[in-house]
Formats: sequence, C-alpha cells, structure tokens
Amino acid sequence: MTSELNLAGRLGERVEGHFVHLTTDDVVHVAALARLHVTSEETESLVLELSRILDYARDLQELDLTGVPATSQIGITTTVVRADERRPSLTAAEAVANAPDEDEGMFRVPAVLEG
Amino acid sequence: MSAMRGLGIRALHHELAEGRLTASDLIQDSLAAIETADGRVGAFLHVTRERALTQASAGEGVSGVPAPARGLLAGIPFAAKDNLCVEGVPTTCASRILEGYVPPHTATAVRRIETAGGVLIGKANLDEFAMGSSTENSGFHPTHNPWDLTRVPGGSSGGSAAAVAAGFVPYALGSDTGGSIRQPAAFCGVVGLKPTYGLVSRFGLVAFASSLDQIGPLTRSVEDAAIVLQGIAGWDELDSTSVQVDIPDYLASLTGDVAGLRVGVPAEYFETDMDQGVRDRVMEALDTLRRLGAEVRTIRLPHTRYALSAYYLIAPAEASSNLARYDGVRFGVRANDAPNLLAMYERTRSAGFGPEVKRRILIGTYALSSGYYDAYYKRAQQVRTLIRQDFQTAFAEVDVIVSPTTPTPAFRFGEKADPLTMYLNDIYTIPVNLAGLPAISVPCGLQDGLPVGLQLIGRPFDEPTLLRAAHAYEQAAGFSGLRPTALGEVQ
Repeated sequence: MTSELNLAGRLGERVEGHFVHLTTDDVVHVAALARLHVTSEETESLVLELSRILDYARDLQELDLTGVPATSQIGITTTVVRADERRPSLTAAEAVANAPDEDEGMFRVPAVLEG
Repeated sequence: MSAMRGLGIRALHHELAEGRLTASDLIQDSLAAIETADGRVGAFLHVTRERALTQASAGEGVSGVPAPARGLLAGIPFAAKDNLCVEGVPTTCASRILEGYVPPHTATAVRRIETAGGVLIGKANLDEFAMGSSTENSGFHPTHNPWDLTRVPGGSSGGSAAAVAAGFVPYALGSDTGGSIRQPAAFCGVVGLKPTYGLVSRFGLVAFASSLDQIGPLTRSVEDAAIVLQGIAGWDELDSTSVQVDIPDYLASLTGDVAGLRVGVPAEYFETDMDQGVRDRVMEALDTLRRLGAEVRTIRLPHTRYALSAYYLIAPAEASSNLARYDGVRFGVRANDAPNLLAMYERTRSAGFGPEVKRRILIGTYALSSGYYDAYYKRAQQVRTLIRQDFQTAFAEVDVIVSPTTPTPAFRFGEKADPLTMYLNDIYTIPVNLAGLPAISVPCGLQDGLPVGLQLIGRPFDEPTLLRAAHAYEQAAGFSGLRPTALGEVQ
C-alpha cells in the first residue's frame, strides 16, 4: 500500500512556531477586493486555511534577496504589437451570444447608480 | 479487443493509409469504449459524438488524396481538456460559472490538430479552472483512475490522462501550470509532455496563471508525444507569448541513442519525503539510463525548497487577475436576484466558483494587495529568478535532469483534504513551470499495482534531447505496454 507521507510535517512545526494569523476582518477585506461574498461560516474556515498557506510561504522571508531581480515572465523581451488594421472579428450578435442578459447587441446589467 | 486500442498513432495511421480501417471505424471504436466504461471513469464532461462522426466521414471523402500526403494525425480521434475552447462546443473549465458557455472561437492547438484531420471526441474533465491535483475539484463530477477506481487520476488534467489510460482515445491535450499534465500522466501510467513556455500557442486556452500555463499532449508513448507536439508547436500571432523559433523534426530526434548523454539527478529532490517504492523505481530507471551509456551525475538545485511557496503565491496572484473576468456580464451564469451591479458580481462569483478557486483568488488578492505585495508577490518573483538560475547553472553541466514526477503514486479520494497537503504533491513539477522549461513524465514501473512516473527536464526549446532521452529510456524499460486492469474487458 501507499505509505502515508509526513509531507506536511514542516507545516505542523510552523503552526506552533510562527503562525501567520489572518483575522476575520482580513478575509472579509480581501474577499471584498476580489468581489467575492463569503458567509461567516466560510470566513471561519478561510481564516485557518489561508493562514496555513501564507505561513508555509514564510520561508521566503528568510532568504536574502537584496539585488535579485524579479521574474514575471519567461522569454518575453519585447511587447508584441500588431498593425492597427481592421480585420475580421465577431459580429455584435456573436459577441453577446453567451451573455446572461442582452438587448439589441448590448450587455444588459443591473443599475449601476441608485435612483 | 477493439481495432484501435494498443496501437500508437503511427500504427493507426498505417492502418488508415492501407485502407484496413477508416476514420469512422476509429471514431465508432472510441465512442463505444466511452459508452461502455466512462460511466465508471468519468473522464469526459462532454462527448462530441455527432460532430466527430460528421468530421470523420467528411475526412473519408477526401481520402482519395494519396495516403502519404496526409499527416499522421489525420482521421485519429483525440480528447481536449475542457479549458480549451472549441467553437460551437460547450467549454466549462469544470466550473459552474461557465455552465452553458459555447465559445465562438477554437484554441490554436485544437485548430492545428483539426486542420491536420484529427477528430475531437470530447472535452475532458479537470479540476475547476485547472486548480488542483486530483480532479476532485471538478464542479461536475470526479474522475476515477483506470488503474484503481477508488483512487484519483491526478490533476488537473485528470480527465485527459484517464481517457488515454482507459483506451478511450489514443491521445489527449492537457494544460500544465504546475504539473497538471505530468502528474496525472504519472498517476495514470501514460506519457505527459509539458513543452517549453512559448512553444505552443495558448490562444483559446482559458487562462489560469499566464506566466506558467502551457498546453501539451498526454499519450501512450513518447513517439506519440513527439507526433502530437509536431502538430501543435509553433508561433501564433494570436498569442503574444508564443515564441518565433524554428520547429525541429521531433520524430527524427527519437534515435534511441543516449550514449554519452549527461543526466543530472538533483540532490535536493531526493532529500524530500517520497514513497520508498517511487524512490526504488526511479533508481532503477537511472540504472537503465546508465546501461544505455548515459552518464548519471548528482547536481544541485539549491533553491528547490522555496519553489512551492513561490508558486503558491505567483499562480494564485495571476489567477486572481485572470478570473476577474467572470463577472456575470458577458458569458457564463449570473446570479439573478441582485439589487445592483456590485451585488451581482459578488453573488455570481460566490455561487459560481468552487472552494479551491475561491481560496486561490483570495490568496492571490492578498499577495497583491497594498502592504503585502513586497513581502509576498515580489519576493516570490525574486525567488523565481533564483530557481531559474539554479537550472541554468545545472544545464551547463548536464543535458537532461531526471527525478520522480510525484512523491507518491495515485492517492485515494478524500485522502488529501487539506489544501496545503494537496499542494505538496506538486513539489517536483512546479520548479519546471517557474523556469519555463520543457519536461516529460514517462512510466517507470509499478508500485503495489499503481504506476510510477519518471520526470525528465530539458533545456528551453531542447525538446529533441528531452524526447530522445525519454524515448530511449521507454524503449529499454518496456513499461509503455502496461495497461490498467480495473476496467476489465474494456481493456
């Protein structure tokens, strides 16, 4: 049988050592930024889960990264542009074909402004 | 035994060219296998039955063309992971938020195969938006490993891997952001190739983490992987990250000769916890490579231990940005009871995304947010530089790097309920994505009746050497003929 590995052992030590405590407020704030509604039940488990993931990432803090450049992409040296020419594209009807709500080739959304 | 199963792409092409089989035979065969056994496997989210039958008979209409003029992929069925858009075919990314979405465009990788005469059989299951390592995160249903139906097929390309392992299709396309082709290939005993970042166009691949995502094949052999790669590689103006490089003849690189090839074994990978059986199989594989004349030596990749942390900040950060587009306005589902636009966004996204996708969006948003950007996202990007430099240094001394693909064989459903424990499963595959390198998983035997995967990593755009090494090993080891037995007579 597949043996049970203690891959998370390091995590256990860290939980007792330097646990990153996110608060309920942190989770609610980040959820608002991400346009996610979280229930209080979800928030409770997210505080723990996200804290454990972020705590695992604490090992990044122990490295001396002075002068190390950041890598955001591999192999891209220039911004790719194309000629600004008209070319075949979707029709308005095709563009809105997947919309949950559309009207005469436009996306319809709930009121943006009150009143 | 059906006409198709057990034959590689080249052999199937030969049967078609000689007129012993037709494309319709192959499609019927594939559909029959799916009909018989996919109820137990769950590899597919959508089977394109009518479309495939129409295409196959249309293809036969032009078979007056001399056979050698038609490519190796012509008339041969394949599956595509359901995060690859195909015009007129539902594409869900295994997410409820995209239920009912029918894209108006076709992914370049799929289009190239279809232009070559390949016939899409269906869209394969995945972890929602490719976030996961077991396909348990699918918003629709799990996929079962054909070797043991009580175990996961891996993920996120679990449906693609299971479809190939079960003999439903000769090959499938998947995507790999942190191991999502190689890990399920290892768990299902098939070959999985993640090409160099930029080699295969991602146009039409629903974006997860744009600096890491790459499309590649899952196949039964290294030769088939080379054939499919030949079909999908190359610059595409529709993907600004696709690279203009000459595409070599990948099949020609499969010489079987690895005499003098310098094979690096990263010490850091073997210092981690891994199943003894996995360790044993990989050591045996290294012996095989030595016997073939390769020179095996230990190398150092000193920043390996930081790769997982860096990945699980960078990938969610990019995902939090990419998944902002699911707002209930242009496609997918919308929560209908919202009083205003902001509430509509929040309710749509909260109802449409599953728990793991929400976790990653939240982690990513946090890592990018004011006050935490420097400590998390920026440091992760700096570590990414160090990981890339580790590989550059290593590749000055060796031609390929060899490791296990995963620390364990396929695990049971629910076994890794804690998110972080699940993430640790990707420990050997993630550094490759961070560095943009090509890598392949090849079966290297069984442990307790479950497949074990050998990972080979190559230099950027050096797929020829990578495939040559993998093919030579595969031919010498003789594991490519192993087939699962859990499905009984279907196999």
